[in-house]
Amino acid sequence: MKAIESFETPRPSEVNYINAQYGLKSWLLTKDHKRIALLYLGSITFFFFIGGLYAMMIRLELLTPQGDLLQSTTYNKVFTQHGIIMIFFFLIPSIPATLGNFLIPMMIGAKDLAFPRINLLSWYIYLLGGIITIYALLAGGVDTGWTFYTPFSTTFSNSYVVAAGLGIFINGFSSILTGLNFIVTIHTMRAPGMTWFRMPLFIWSHYATSLIMILGTPVIAITVLLLAFERVSRVGIFDPGLGGDPVLFQHLFWFYSHPAVYIMVLPSMGVVSELVANFSRKNIFGYSFVAFSSLAIAVFGFLVWGHHLFVTPQSVYAGMIFSFLSFAVAIPSAIKVFNWTATLYRSSISYDTPMLYALGFIGLFTVGGMTGLFLASLAVDVHLSDTYFVVAHFHYIMVGGALMGYLGGLHYWWPKISGRMYPEGWGRFAALVIFVGFNLTFLPQFVAGYLGMPRRYHAYPPEFQVFNVLSTAGASILGFGMLIPAIYFVWSMRYGKHAEANPWHLPGLEWRTQSPPPTENFEVTPVVTWDAYEFAPREEIEVVGKFGPEAERI
Amino acid sequence: MEQQREAGTLGMWVFLVTEIMFFGGMFLAYTLYRSMFPAAFASASNHLDITLGAVNTGVLILSSFTMAMAVYFTQIGKRRPQILCLVLTLILGLTFLGIKAVEYHDKYTDRLIPGHLIPSAPFGPAVNEHGKPPDHHKLTLLTGATLPQVEMFYWIYFAMTGMHALHMIIGAGLLTFLLIYSIKGRFDPEYHSPVEVIGLYWHFVDIVWIFLFPLLYLLGRHLEHG
Amino acid sequence: MSEHIVPVRIYVTIFLALLVGTTLTVMAAFYDFPWQFNTIIALTIASVKATLVVLYFMHVRYSSRLVWVIVAAALFWMGILFALTLSDYSTRQWLSSGY
Repeated sequence: MKAIESFETPRPSEVNYINAQYGLKSWLLTKDHKRIALLYLGSITFFFFIGGLYAMMIRLELLTPQGDLLQSTTYNKVFTQHGIIMIFFFLIPSIPATLGNFLIPMMIGAKDLAFPRINLLSWYIYLLGGIITIYALLAGGVDTGWTFYTPFSTTFSNSYVVAAGLGIFINGFSSILTGLNFIVTIHTMRAPGMTWFRMPLFIWSHYATSLIMILGTPVIAITVLLLAFERVSRVGIFDPGLGGDPVLFQHLFWFYSHPAVYIMVLPSMGVVSELVANFSRKNIFGYSFVAFSSLAIAVFGFLVWGHHLFVTPQSVYAGMIFSFLSFAVAIPSAIKVFNWTATLYRSSISYDTPMLYALGFIGLFTVGGMTGLFLASLAVDVHLSDTYFVVAHFHYIMVGGALMGYLGGLHYWWPKISGRMYPEGWGRFAALVIFVGFNLTFLPQFVAGYLGMPRRYHAYPPEFQVFNVLSTAGASILGFGMLIPAIYFVWSMRYGKHAEANPWHLPGLEWRTQSPPPTENFEVTPVVTWDAYEFAPREEIEVVGKFGPEAERI
Repeated sequence: MEQQREAGTLGMWVFLVTEIMFFGGMFLAYTLYRSMFPAAFASASNHLDITLGAVNTGVLILSSFTMAMAVYFTQIGKRRPQILCLVLTLILGLTFLGIKAVEYHDKYTDRLIPGHLIPSAPFGPAVNEHGKPPDHHKLTLLTGATLPQVEMFYWIYFAMTGMHALHMIIGAGLLTFLLIYSIKGRFDPEYHSPVEVIGLYWHFVDIVWIFLFPLLYLLGRHLEHG
Repeated sequence: MSEHIVPVRIYVTIFLALLVGTTLTVMAAFYDFPWQFNTIIALTIASVKATLVVLYFMHVRYSSRLVWVIVAAALFWMGILFALTLSDYSTRQWLSSGY
């Protein structure tokens, strides 16, 4: 008899974290990490759609070579705001604040995070930052690019730079508090028997992500403040009038913003590790390599920011160092891809929706990663910098990578989160539509960029139109594809099939409690004696206590 | 409880890491421009009041001592000395801020506030002329220093000391909260994690000043006669 | 695991050492040392003072290894910010055209 079937499936009890208390106050003042995760889920979905609207405007404008839909200054605002919203208010919080918040305590056998009230505070801070940023957008917008390069942002832009900067600054604290909570939780609140090397790789990724949040976010915080201070006092450290260097801003900005892309992708990689192992019913190949590669990505990610400054007056010698290090940072990511592939080899793969997203991630992230190598080469980057090649590269990682992982994780853990199953047929269909739409949107952009089409232009020479038309067509399909899960997830909350505790029949600790979980996660503190992805049968798997009224309370 | 104490301490240390990186960005800017404009930075630094700066350093060091003693008395359960030490720490902190306010006011009267931060008093200090006996209230430019570079120094001075002062104000707020709960008797040898943790924050703010003082106030003193 | 209580005499010693350090650094500031030694001396004294505060006032000497690692990591990361950025500025002049 397989070990995972040797303990009793908990009897679905009436009380879970969703219905334990009713009323708006019980949600808005909750300390339950699971409810906070749902609060985040709602807000980031809202911001995702706002960012998506801006994307739609970009693609509509770029259908034709002339700048006929939007004025150039308006277009500047549109792509700036698309970037700010998507990066700071969607991608960076997405997986950690929703899936991370929900699952980390459960995966380590804890009742909650180390600091539940700080967790709630982080959500309110996120909202405050979001509201201030939306005010900036509605009051007139920002047109500096999400990168806020000086001296345009400090001296010449006539848009709401300080307000947008303030929104981003405040939002940074949300990130810091989340990372702080995760680090302390993982160090101090693991259940008995849950050693570091028995933790799921999802936890390792989030630990590494939290390290980046802690070490990197403060630097963009001070940078944005210095930018605002310079704008208000009309002189400053980035100002050539005082002998300052605008490139110093870029150094400080990218010191955070490069590791930030690893904040966006590492959690997604953690999800993919879970999906690959669990949906191929095989222990992950090279567990410790994957675990350490997460840490390596976090560390190395801090050493490469200068590759965003290759076409600035940055010293060529520094450029060479950064170029070499940028090649090196690809290695731990490649290690993950190799290990996932080796896991899949000769395994028993079930092509459920989460697995489809995981497979999509592996392919698309690889494309994104390899095109990054072109950009890491100093000489090639001179040609490709500020073209659509770069745009395509980072969208392959952010959308083809991070977003796919997010969607895959959302589908995988949806039964645990909501107690309902999403409709599998529609899930697979949507995954396919998203995959096709995504590639149609961004693959032509590689070619257009290589052929010289610059980014951030609202008008372009006619020879690039065919690529842009393909791209906009793809974007429409992608947009349609993303609407489908939005609809069926909401639908499933009322009409979806009720999910049992362990609908996928997997060994993870989160599956050993009911769906949805009770507020305290586990009725009895688990004592862990098994490894993270034990699919092979084992005689003595122990779970202390049972569920239901016979449970022994410790 | 023990685990919660450990978690609280760990949490504050992780937060202090973010503070180190936060101030680090400004220290970087300082390092860069000081190496680029040594004469201007020295000239500007020499115009800061070294007495007030040194007194403030002493004040903060004393406040760190009283804060450590407050934690000590809490650990051994002596409530009155604990409250006294917290009060002293708060008073010393406010003293620091008071002296800082005096210094800032001096900068305002000497027209050393950079740019158009104060629209009615843009940057424009009076400069001592060569050959004439130096006026204490005017700026002396060493060889090679230019006024824009001096303005750069003061921009960094205000950014760094301003941010530091903001952290002191927050610290004073936290101390007030500690005082109120201490008077209510909330802390004892079994539970005093907030005292320790806020103590860590206070010591960190002291450490930032330990570096700010020599870097901002002392860097050009050996060239004062040059 | 019982909490370590640092004896008062240690706190007093450290406090006095900090005052001595401050006095030293002010005195050294007025003397013109060769090369960059003024800066080096000032930073060394400041670092020693900071270390004393960290080890004794902040109890790191009596804390777990994890806390030591956290402090070391923060300093190391600030080092990365400094080293790689300054590697840009210090090597710009190496090209004959300068910047």
